[in-house]
Amino acid sequence: MSANLLAIFYLISGILFILALRGLSSPETSRKGNLFGIIGMAIAIGVTFLSVGNFSTGFLYVLGFLLIGGTTGAFIAYKIPMTAMPELVAGFHSLVGLAAVFVAISAFLNPEVFNLGSLGNIKIASLIEMSLGASIGAITFTGSIIAFLKLKGIMSGSPITFGGQHYLNLALGLILLGLIFYLCKTQVDTWFWTIILISFLVGVLLIIPIGGADMPVVISMLNSYSGWAAAGIGFTLENSALIITGALVGSSGAILSYIMCKGMNRSFFNVILGGFGGTDQSSSEKGKEQKPVKNGNADDAAFLMKNASSVIIVPGYGMAVAQAQHALREMVDALKKNGVKVTYAIHPVAGRMPGHMNVLLAEANVPYDEVFELEEINNDFATCDVAYVIGANDVTNPAAKSDPQSPIYGMPILDVEKSKSVLFVKRSLSPGYAGIDNDLFYKDNTLMLFADAKKMTEDIIKGL
Amino acid sequence: MEIDPFIFRLSIFILSIFIGYYVVWSVTPSLHTPLMSVTNAISSVIIVGAIIAALAGNSGNIFDTANIFGFLAIILAAVNIFGGFLVTQRMLAMYKKKKKDK
Repeated sequence: MSANLLAIFYLISGILFILALRGLSSPETSRKGNLFGIIGMAIAIGVTFLSVGNFSTGFLYVLGFLLIGGTTGAFIAYKIPMTAMPELVAGFHSLVGLAAVFVAISAFLNPEVFNLGSLGNIKIASLIEMSLGASIGAITFTGSIIAFLKLKGIMSGSPITFGGQHYLNLALGLILLGLIFYLCKTQVDTWFWTIILISFLVGVLLIIPIGGADMPVVISMLNSYSGWAAAGIGFTLENSALIITGALVGSSGAILSYIMCKGMNRSFFNVILGGFGGTDQSSSEKGKEQKPVKNGNADDAAFLMKNASSVIIVPGYGMAVAQAQHALREMVDALKKNGVKVTYAIHPVAGRMPGHMNVLLAEANVPYDEVFELEEINNDFATCDVAYVIGANDVTNPAAKSDPQSPIYGMPILDVEKSKSVLFVKRSLSPGYAGIDNDLFYKDNTLMLFADAKKMTEDIIKGL
Repeated sequence: MEIDPFIFRLSIFILSIFIGYYVVWSVTPSLHTPLMSVTNAISSVIIVGAIIAALAGNSGNIFDTANIFGFLAIILAAVNIFGGFLVTQRMLAMYKKKKKDK
């Protein structure tokens, strides 16, 4: 196959990938979009086989390894519970990162195959591209591993900080740039390996100071990095499919990070520099004396909701932890039978990754047109009878609007406190991930339901 | 004077960033999780490089160091391609509209 024809096929797969993302603008078109993505991938892999044109023993090995990886991937995709989606995505990011590192290494060791010159005499531009690709790939790899461990709960979600952390990262970043410069100048392979090793270290150092509640930003950021790594390799291999995809994924992750940061009213650098959450905030200490709360049980909640004309459900990470989405849907079905109008309100940073709550509700067969984003539904709280907060906390905290001292001041929140009554399902009065007390607990119209989210919801169903 | 092919690739890259920017802003927030898993899957098109690396110049020895890294990258990328697309499909299949009757 001629190089030009090959390039055209790669361009076609690139376009199909664009269409795959375009499809996600609505759930109806999304399934077709995913199919476009699969076709694009099949074309890219197929024409690569044809272009190599080497159907020897090596080819059988390639097919074999492809099959091993593919089966593993398919197995994971079918087995994984929807609540574990953030970990899965973090894990997948790490694989892309490591794959980028490996491809860069083999391009470095065998540059003739990719027309990059010869070992010890690689084109300068290619060296820069492949060392950038390898470096970003390595950062993505270790960074995603740390994110994975934190999300899975193997590693504590609280930030790990130490003195001079940011200066160390800055120094390492500068060293990386210096090493890339020396690599280009001397072509000595030691520098190349050192770049990869230091990048592995940077990935770890970059993610450990970031707290559990900031994980949506971290995941989006690593998504972005995996794209830039792929683009770097795409430049090295002079492959337009890879360049297009890298740019798409890179900007996609960047936009998601931006949306998540905005959802928390924090700057990107503030999140990256870390140290937020898990630590004791001094402003929360002063109000620690016991304030009275109204304690309710499942029957009270069932009575309130049964007699309401409209109910808004506010799900959060606690719903995912308790796997309460199915019970919640059953409760809503029972309410609807009683003629209650029920809708769902989703905060942009609810859960541990963008869109996390939406997927869980979809899994529980909640129609997506009953689920609303913050801007769409926030005005409805003023006219709703009951807000049922299940596993959410900080995203409902009125302190974000009223208390300039609060660490979450300025964060957009769901105006839960405006509804006639609030049912707050929570295991205890402990503060949320941001480490701050929620005034909503002590309001007159708030009824606290202290229990596991799933158990409480099931008990309410019995009372309906 | 001839234009360096690098400039062409850079143009593709920059224009794709713009396409990505506009396309991703139009993605509905409720599909942000599938967006992440599908971007994961498509970025594994890096497998193209892995295949070339794995099959490179294996006249005698298939398991040259450079080839081995290619094979390893194939496994990793394949996990991602199949896992990414299938899990996206599984998620998207769950998004349903309200039933009209009732």
